[in-house]
Amino acid sequence: MELTDMTALELSEKIRGREISVKDAVTHCLANIEKSEDKINAFITIDKEGALKEAERVQEAIDDGSLTGLLAGVPVAVKDNMCTEGIKTTCASAILENFVPQYTSEAVLNLKKAGCVILGKTNMDEFAMGSTTETSHFGVTKNPWNTDHVPGGSSGGSAACVAAGEVFMALGSDTGGSIRQPASFCGVTGIKPTYGTVSRYGLIAYGSSLDQIGPLANNVSDAVHMLQAIASHDIKDSTSVKRDNYDFISALNGDVKGLRVGIPKDYFTDGLDSEVKQSVLDAAEKLKEQGAEVSEFDLSLTEYAIPAYYVIACAEASSNLARFDGVKYGHRAAEYEGLHNMYKKTRSEGFGAEVKRRIMLGSFVLSSGYYDAYYLKALRTKALIKKAFDRAFESYDVILAPAAPTTAMKLGESLSDPIQMYLGDIYTISVNLCGLPGMSVPCGKDSKGLPIGVQFISDIFREDNMIKAGYAYERARGEIEACPMRKAGE
Amino acid sequence: MANVIDDDTLEYVGILAKLELSEDEREDARHDMEKMLDYIDKLNELDTEGVEPMSHIFPINNVFREDEVTNGDGHVETLANAPARKDDTFVVPKTIGD
Repeated sequence: MELTDMTALELSEKIRGREISVKDAVTHCLANIEKSEDKINAFITIDKEGALKEAERVQEAIDDGSLTGLLAGVPVAVKDNMCTEGIKTTCASAILENFVPQYTSEAVLNLKKAGCVILGKTNMDEFAMGSTTETSHFGVTKNPWNTDHVPGGSSGGSAACVAAGEVFMALGSDTGGSIRQPASFCGVTGIKPTYGTVSRYGLIAYGSSLDQIGPLANNVSDAVHMLQAIASHDIKDSTSVKRDNYDFISALNGDVKGLRVGIPKDYFTDGLDSEVKQSVLDAAEKLKEQGAEVSEFDLSLTEYAIPAYYVIACAEASSNLARFDGVKYGHRAAEYEGLHNMYKKTRSEGFGAEVKRRIMLGSFVLSSGYYDAYYLKALRTKALIKKAFDRAFESYDVILAPAAPTTAMKLGESLSDPIQMYLGDIYTISVNLCGLPGMSVPCGKDSKGLPIGVQFISDIFREDNMIKAGYAYERARGEIEACPMRKAGE
Repeated sequence: MANVIDDDTLEYVGILAKLELSEDEREDARHDMEKMLDYIDKLNELDTEGVEPMSHIFPINNVFREDEVTNGDGHVETLANAPARKDDTFVVPKTIGD
């Protein structure tokens, strides 16, 4: 079997069996990066030297028997909003263009402990604010299936590099769909775990109550193993939850007999592309054939999720991004008069248009006189949306939905109308508001040849149900054609 | 009802946000905020009387622990990111009096 065709688990097995060296795996990926980067621009930083050095360390640990994990030796990439000691971490923003963290985020440390080798940092929408990876200060990332189209976002670089075969897996972060939507657009599997499952320590915050780190991989099994590697209780993150159960792998059993799968009728109305709709409903049919009990229901309140989300996310962003002031790190304006003018000039030069837009809105909804009418109203709406999901999970183990209303848009089509862009988050956003786990799995392609993803959502701490459904669906679906750019890699 | 952001409000939000917008950016920001607020006003259709604002999904309480130093000094790495420095200090504009 060629390296390109292997899953991450297969690769690691061969590495641990001494059939392939870690260095060979890393060199293979670096060569693919060399070939594909000028076409897709998935990376902001490629750490060739560091990766080759780490490959040696991992190889030694495998050879001396101290490293035996199922992902040992697998080359991976990390979204550029997770701090990595000694490696530039920019959040795709000019304000952090030269920032080199002095510590590594917990999720990345966990990956390193598992023996994964980090090849570089992936492109994203600036500060993870966007759905297309077009707002990056370092240029747009392109969809490896068709480079006229966006890869989705904000974890567009992570999704694209996995699809293109530049790495075997990547970490992304998901605040309103930023893992699941690009996974859908690039034909890979992406998981957003229950809030608090993966430590946010070292993740540069956007919307703290919504942000979660998660995996992007070529199949459900790889993604679930990566999730298992990064999930941990961490005292350095005050919102980290000590779960009773960190075993995700045992849900990879394909047993969906009697699993109650609900299809929210309100997700299949106007605005959903007909090809996406058909493909997602076909996926539901496949699960039914496997013995799942599939039925439709009314979720309700769907149209209120986006406005509530943007109030909450922008409010939290305006507060979180206050730290970028040009004092201790990052960009500082060259000329200014006094302290406040330095703050203002630094921030105005350093932030892009979408980031400024969200900071302005967030500052407004938190300002006295508007706080109750907007911010508290949004938090009350969130409580109602959470109740609607609680009701749904009384009757269903898994909710099945599209990951996005369309397949990947053409480059440059979305940014002109922010509200239109925000509407694209309709099926992913409630999951973040309610802290739920969600997963996107490839389920077909449209007539333009662009991938479609089906989303599985389960109740908090019940990733097992979502994984069962996703894994059973993937097996029933069978092998799918890999991205042509990945095949061309070998 | 269409939202109108007047000059004073825009100025005030700019102070809160610590952003200095150019003339063009101001008009864009005004337009974007008005449009977004019109859209967000959709929430007013919902009766939320008596609903408690929900900031966290599950009860998260303060976690107390001893304040023990677990990391090293790190001042060399910290200062390496300084936009302006003098010896072992950050250089900042004068903030108090003349």
